[in-house]
Amino acid sequence: MSQTFDDISAQLKRRHRRSARLKWISMGALGLAGLFLVLFFADMLVKGLPAFQQAQIQVEIDYNEDAQRMGRAALDPDESRLVSRTFERQIPVALRENPELLGTTETRWVLADSEVDQYLKGHRNKLSDEQRATVDALVEQGRVELKFNTNFFTTGDSKMPEASGILSAVMGTVMTMLVTLAISFPIGVMTAVYLEEFAPDNRLTQLIEININNLAAIPSILFGLLGLAIFINFFGVPRSTPLVGGMTLALMTLPVIIIATRTALRSVPDSIRHAAFGVGCSRWQVVRDHVLPLAMPGIMTGSIIGLAQAMGETAPLIIVGMVAFIPDVGASFTEAATVLPAQIFTWAGEPEKAFVEKTAGGILVLLTILIFLNATAVILRKKFERRW
Amino acid sequence: MQTNQLLAMFSGVLLLLGLIAFFLGRAKAARVRANGTAMYAQPDQYAWFAVLATAGPAITVGAVGAFLMLLLGAEIPTTYLLAGSLVIAALGLLVGMRQVKPDFHARQAIERVIRWVLIGAAMISIFTTFGILFSIIFEALRFFKMHSFWDFITGTVWNPGASFLAAAGRAEAGATGAQFGSVPLFAGTFMITAIAMLVAIPVGLLSAIYMAEFAPQRVRTLAKPTLEVLAGIPTVVYGFFAAITVAPVIVDVAGFFGIDAAYNNAVAPGVVMGIMIIPFISSLSDDVINSVPDSMRQGSLALGMTKGETIRDVVIPAALPGIISASLLAVSRALGETMIVVMAAGMRPNLTANPFEDMTTVTVRIVAALTGDLEFESAETLSAFALGLVLFAVTLSLNLVSVLMIRRFREKYRVNNL
Repeated sequence: MSQTFDDISAQLKRRHRRSARLKWISMGALGLAGLFLVLFFADMLVKGLPAFQQAQIQVEIDYNEDAQRMGRAALDPDESRLVSRTFERQIPVALRENPELLGTTETRWVLADSEVDQYLKGHRNKLSDEQRATVDALVEQGRVELKFNTNFFTTGDSKMPEASGILSAVMGTVMTMLVTLAISFPIGVMTAVYLEEFAPDNRLTQLIEININNLAAIPSILFGLLGLAIFINFFGVPRSTPLVGGMTLALMTLPVIIIATRTALRSVPDSIRHAAFGVGCSRWQVVRDHVLPLAMPGIMTGSIIGLAQAMGETAPLIIVGMVAFIPDVGASFTEAATVLPAQIFTWAGEPEKAFVEKTAGGILVLLTILIFLNATAVILRKKFERRW
Repeated sequence: MQTNQLLAMFSGVLLLLGLIAFFLGRAKAARVRANGTAMYAQPDQYAWFAVLATAGPAITVGAVGAFLMLLLGAEIPTTYLLAGSLVIAALGLLVGMRQVKPDFHARQAIERVIRWVLIGAAMISIFTTFGILFSIIFEALRFFKMHSFWDFITGTVWNPGASFLAAAGRAEAGATGAQFGSVPLFAGTFMITAIAMLVAIPVGLLSAIYMAEFAPQRVRTLAKPTLEVLAGIPTVVYGFFAAITVAPVIVDVAGFFGIDAAYNNAVAPGVVMGIMIIPFISSLSDDVINSVPDSMRQGSLALGMTKGETIRDVVIPAALPGIISASLLAVSRALGETMIVVMAAGMRPNLTANPFEDMTTVTVRIVAALTGDLEFESAETLSAFALGLVLFAVTLSLNLVSVLMIRRFREKYRVNNL
C-alpha cells in the first residue's frame, strides 16, 4: 500500500525534527566547551586573587639583649606566634648591623604568619582557639589587616608561604626566553627562507620538510630527554640553568617559527619578486630587501605565539632540572634558575594549604602574561594585515 | 683559562678583525672605482666578502676543533686552537683583500656562502630529530643491557625501587627485587587517553559541525579564537586545575553513586586533558568540514535531504579522513601529555580497569625517574629513556598515519590550505 500524504508529512516532520536536534546538540557542545572555559577562569580567579593580599600585623619590637640571639624575644610572647618567622629571623641580623638599635623600641607593620593569613581569609588553618581570640582582638584594635601583597612580586621562593614570591621565577623565565629567542628566531627564519626562497624541490628539502612537521608533533617531554642526554650529559652544559632550558625550548619552538615564517613568506606576492629580479637584484637581495621586510609582521606574530607556547612549557624543563628551589634572583645564564611554570609546579606540590593560593596567584600572573603576548600577536596581525 | 673567557676573547678579536676587513675592503674597492675602473660589484659587497673570508675559515676551524675535542676526546690545548684559528683569520683577511679587484664577482661569492649558511640552518631540524632518536636509543640500549626487553614489554609489575642498590654496588642486597614491567604504565596511559578522547572527540567534533554548518558568521569568528584560548593555557595550569578542583568533585560525585574513588583517579586528568584537546579537534575538523566542496551539499539538498541528513550522510563521511587524522593527532598529544598526569594522576603503577582507582602513566614515570637524586647510571634513571623510546615510536607512527590520512583527503578534494 502506498503512503498517504499524512504519512509522508509526518515523516518529513520527524526528519526535520532530527535535523533541528543535531543543530541544538552541536550548539550545546560548543556551549559546553565555552562553559569549561568560563568555569576554569572563574575557578582560578577565586583561588588566586586572595594571593594578592596578605595579612600584616602591627607589633611593638623591643630590641633587648635576648633578641640578639633569638628574634622572637623582641616580641610580645602572645603575638610572636602570629608573626612570620621570616621576620623574626631578621631581628638579630638588624641588631648586628645597627648596634645602636639595642634598647630602643619600635612599632611596625610586619608580615603575619600564614596561618593568621588563612584565618583572616576564612580558610582552614592550624591556629588554636586562644590564638584565634588574640587575632580577633587585634583585628578589633585595627592591628591586624589584609594588605596588598607586594612581597609576592618582590621576593623569590621561600619555604614559608607568607614570604614566597614570584620574582626569581619571573627573572628566570625572562632569561630562559631570551636564550630561546636568540637561538630559535634566527635559525627558524633562515630555515624558512631557505625552504621557501632558495631550495630546489629535491629529496633533501622533502626530508627537511617532513622532519619539521614531525618535530612539531613530538611530545614535549622527549625534548627534555634530548636536553638531558645531549646538552647536559654530552656537552656538559650546567644543569638547571636558563642556558640549557632555553636551548631545549628553542628546539621545540623552532618548528612553530619555521611554519609561521613560511606562511608569511608565501603570502608575499610573486610580483614583488619579479619586479626586484627585473631590476637586477640577486636572489638574496630580493629576499633581504623586499620579501623579508614585507613578511616581517607575519614572522613576528608567529614568533610571539611560539614564544608564548614555550613560556608555558614545563615538562622538558623539569627533565633538565629547572625545578630547583631558587630563593634568590639569578644573575647569569649559567646559574641555577627556575621559571614561572616550574615554580607553579613546585608550589602545587607543597603540602601547606597556604601554597594553594600562591599557586593560583602564580597561575594568574602567568596567564596574564600569556594573554598579553597573544593579544600583542593579534594586534600586530590586525595592524599590518595587508590584502594584496 | 675558562671556556667562556676564551670564547669571549675569540669573538672579540674576530669582531675586530672583521671590522678591519670591512673598512679596508671598502676603502680599497672605493679607491679602485675612483680610478674610473668598472667593477662587477659594489664596494660594500667587496667589504662583506672580505669579512666572510676573515671570519668564515676561523669560525670553521674553531668549531671543528672544539667538536673533535668533545667527540673524540682529542687533546688540542684550547690556547693553540684559539691562536690557530686567529692566524687563519688573519690569513683569510689577506686573501680577502687580494680578491678586491674589478673582475671579481663579490656578490655571487657572498651569496654562495649565504646559501650554505641557510642550508646549515635548515639541517638543524634534522639534527634535532636524530638527536632525539639517538640520545633516547643510546640510553635505552644501556637499560636493555641490564633488563631484558621482553620483560619490559610484557611484565606486569613496575617496581624500580630497589635498583639504586645495584647502582651503589650492592647488587646482592636487592637488585633482583627491581622489576620493570611496563604493562601497567601503558594500561594507565591508555586509560587516561581513552577518557580524554571520550570528552574531546564528541565535544570537539560537534562544535566543529556547529561552527561550520549551522553558526551565523558572527558566532564563527568569535567562537574559534575563543576555543583556541583553551589550547593556549599551559598544561601545568591544567594539572593544578585537575588536581585541586576537578579531582575532589569526581570523588564527591562518585561517592554519591556509591563508588569509592581515589583522589588520584584516572578520571580527573582524563577529563581535563579532554578539555585541553577540544580545540585541536574542533579547529582541524572545522577546516576539513569547510573544505568539503559545496557541490556535494547542494546535490544532497537538491535530492530532498534535510540539513541534518546532509551533514550526517554526506559531509561527515566525506570529511572522515581529515577527522580521523585530527583524532589521531589528539591521541598522540594525549599519550605524550605530561604535566596534567604528573600533577593529577597517581604514582602507583596499577593494572586495573576501574578508572576511579589511582593509576600512573608513562610520562609520570619518566619524570619520577629523572627527578630523584639517583645516579644517572642506575637502571631506574635509564628506564626513563626506554619508556621515552616507546613513547616516541608510538606518537611518531600516529603522526605519520595522520599525515597520510590528511594527504588522502587533500588529494581527493584538491584542498590547498590543509
